[in-house]
Amino acid sequence: MTSNGSSPVLDASGVTMRFGGLTAVRNVDLTVNSGEIVGLIGPNGAGKTTFFNCLTGLYVPTEGKVSYKGTVLPPKPHLVTQAGIARTFQNIRLFANMTVLENVLVGRHTRTKEGLFSALVRGPGFKKAEKESKERAMELLEFTGLAKKADHLSRNLPYGEQRKLEIARALASEPGLLLLDEPTAGMNPQETRAAEELIFAIRDQGIAVLVIEHDMRFIFNLCDRVACLVQGEKLVEGTPEVVQRDERVIAAYLGTPFEGAPGADELAEVEAAEAAAPSTNSRTEDAQ
Amino acid sequence: MATITKNPAPSNDATPGPLVKLPAPGARLATIAGSAVALAGTFMAWTWTSEFPGDLTVTGYPAGLQVLVLIGAALTLLFALSGQGIRGLGWLTPGGANAATRLTALGTLGTIGYTMGAIAAELGGVVNLEPGAWITGIGALIAAVAALALPFDQPYPADDSDPGAWARFRHSLTAPAAPRVSSKLPSWAEILIIVAGFALALIVFTYGIGTEGAEPFIGFLITVGFCFTGANRAGVVSRLTALTHKHRNVALTAAFAAALCFPLTQDNDYFALIGTNILIFATVALGLNVVVGLAGLLDLGYVAFLGVGAYTAALVSGTSSSVFDVQFPFWAAVLTGAGASLVFGVVIGAPTLRLRGDYLAIVTLGFGEIFRITVNNLNGKAGPDVTNGSQGITQIPDVVLFGWDLGQPLDIAGFTLGRNANYFLLMLFFTVIVVTVFRRSGESRIGRAWVAIREDETAATAMGINGFRVKLIAFALGATLAGLAGAVQAHVSYSVTPDSYKFASTAPPNSAFLLAAVILGGMGTVSGPLIGGALLFLIPAKLSFMENYQLLAFGLALIILMRFRPEGIIADRRKQLEFHDTGQLDVPEQRLPPEGGVSATKAGA
Repeated sequence: MTSNGSSPVLDASGVTMRFGGLTAVRNVDLTVNSGEIVGLIGPNGAGKTTFFNCLTGLYVPTEGKVSYKGTVLPPKPHLVTQAGIARTFQNIRLFANMTVLENVLVGRHTRTKEGLFSALVRGPGFKKAEKESKERAMELLEFTGLAKKADHLSRNLPYGEQRKLEIARALASEPGLLLLDEPTAGMNPQETRAAEELIFAIRDQGIAVLVIEHDMRFIFNLCDRVACLVQGEKLVEGTPEVVQRDERVIAAYLGTPFEGAPGADELAEVEAAEAAAPSTNSRTEDAQ
Repeated sequence: MATITKNPAPSNDATPGPLVKLPAPGARLATIAGSAVALAGTFMAWTWTSEFPGDLTVTGYPAGLQVLVLIGAALTLLFALSGQGIRGLGWLTPGGANAATRLTALGTLGTIGYTMGAIAAELGGVVNLEPGAWITGIGALIAAVAALALPFDQPYPADDSDPGAWARFRHSLTAPAAPRVSSKLPSWAEILIIVAGFALALIVFTYGIGTEGAEPFIGFLITVGFCFTGANRAGVVSRLTALTHKHRNVALTAAFAAALCFPLTQDNDYFALIGTNILIFATVALGLNVVVGLAGLLDLGYVAFLGVGAYTAALVSGTSSSVFDVQFPFWAAVLTGAGASLVFGVVIGAPTLRLRGDYLAIVTLGFGEIFRITVNNLNGKAGPDVTNGSQGITQIPDVVLFGWDLGQPLDIAGFTLGRNANYFLLMLFFTVIVVTVFRRSGESRIGRAWVAIREDETAATAMGINGFRVKLIAFALGATLAGLAGAVQAHVSYSVTPDSYKFASTAPPNSAFLLAAVILGGMGTVSGPLIGGALLFLIPAKLSFMENYQLLAFGLALIILMRFRPEGIIADRRKQLEFHDTGQLDVPEQRLPPEGGVSATKAGA
């Protein structure tokens, strides 16, 4: 895989998702090239997670198509993962009562073939595959810094480590593209920085990353390209600098001031409201 | 003992103390003395007539319930002496002696109390009690009261400063987890301990089966319940479990050998039949454990798969009441039965397993009833004549394996194995197969996928697991294992009738009991359903006097167990951590607030 940023890993074109009369995602195009980190931002309810779910086959898009490395993806989550797209979830969805190592081993599911019969017979092939899976899983735990806790139940890990474990589990399926849904939600600044480094390290392994995040500092540090979704539509896409300065993006996040109304009051109100709800819209600025 | 004062609520004490106020050395001495008196009393006559089950009239030789009280009192004595610091007994109580002493003392008191009550009620008045019973009773009472005065094994949690008597009583029965020590014993000694442990389990099990009448069995349950909990609190059980984990193959072999010895210990072939039925029931429960415990699919009609296997094997067994005039050899009959169950499992599972939630429970419940009613109607009148309707298929011939007719008694090395003992050994073979299948499938890629589906189906499919396919494999495997057991069951019981495959009835096997055996015993474990199955088979068989109240008592027992031990009798490590959050080694230190608090609630959302 080349990292010159030319070959598209993910190509979503005209993705539309309707739930009855509600259009959650409208005609969104997005490409992710290999070796790239792309950010997806937008206010709450903009349709970012819905778009993610369309990419990973949890939802079947009403219109549009999603292709991975040139082949159109089937609308089944497990086939999408098999093709090479792995994801994490906004609200952590680990297998709570399995150990850390077992969680990662489940991630290996698509890359191993042993069925029930070979599990019952336990031939040399089975043992070899199990051993290789365990080695690979331990490598990933080393990579994410969880190796010491391999035997712990995943539900007993602290929050930040649960996030890391979810990433390790996703990486176990040997993806070409990793989708991260708010990987730093609820993290403190140190943990956010550690997550940033982890994502760079993943990119350096040749895995393209598409990340949803509310933490603007994090996203503008991290991403090569940022797309902003507002009310289900892609408002703007470009380098962090372009998106950061785009007035429509600022307006979407902070609202447009009324004609003649003192804008400063409006702004203060919004900021106060955001500060009051750090758990849903966690920003490192609040924590600091 | 007049100095003992009950003190229900210490108001000015800083730390809550035991229920009964008494200096600890005195309490321990009183416990030792009391249990010694109770022990001595078991050698005397308890009543004058042998009408009471177990014949408690002989002086100098304990029998029936006396043996149980004797064991309870002896254990109390041992635990109390170990708490006293007697050299050589420390290994008994690595987790703390006091809670264990309390539990065994209460168990002893419970058994003797129950015995005295039963004698008085059955023979008409306390006048039927001989002095021996009174001596034991008073001894056990002294021991129990004094044991309640022993200090707590672990300090009372500081946040509850003024707890009520009930809270302190419950706390007094808890003990800290035994410290993990690297054993200094040579491995042959460890193996010997494992073997002794299984031999003990075999003896306890055999004793339970051999109890005649309801009274000794109730006494047996009380004693075993309290003593096992006591040994658990003392830390002996966890020590033994650690050893069995270390020498896993030895432990499995020992368990197998103990089961193999069971028919040799029975001179009565009827008890061997009970053993065989327990084995069938427990094996089916273990098969259900694949479906419920591993894959998390609620199957309410599982007994129908047992029925499919049994009916199929019966139809091809060559009996004159079968419409098919064929006689398959046994191995082929078993494979046909298992195959038929597999087909039914796939047919039932394929349309329903695509859905999530409770649909499967409803469909399987329906299937269980449809199977029974259909088999009832295939009688030549309401439908084609296949199964003889409610008459069932009878006169199923005995199994002949390699020229060995299992119906004939077999003489091996001086032991005579009756028909049922032969079938016990045959069924044991299938149990070993099912245990192997359960363990091997559980610890593999497919087993992890089952657990992942159970934990979070969305995340599991996002990890590339084909949920439908994996669930269907679990469902079909469970059905096949039940069919295997059903084929043997048809031969053991000579006949198959539709009424033995109900959803719920007072006698196992039925779907409700199978599910209860899995949940009571411990989901996801091997030994859990085996023990749960044995208990759920024995209790209705022994307590037949309860008749119509059996299901009521059964429901009550389930509720109580779920309240106090939700993970089941045998907890797998995951479940233990799941239901009891505190005091576990695996619980990590808390992160710093306030982010930790926020994120914790988010993670739970």
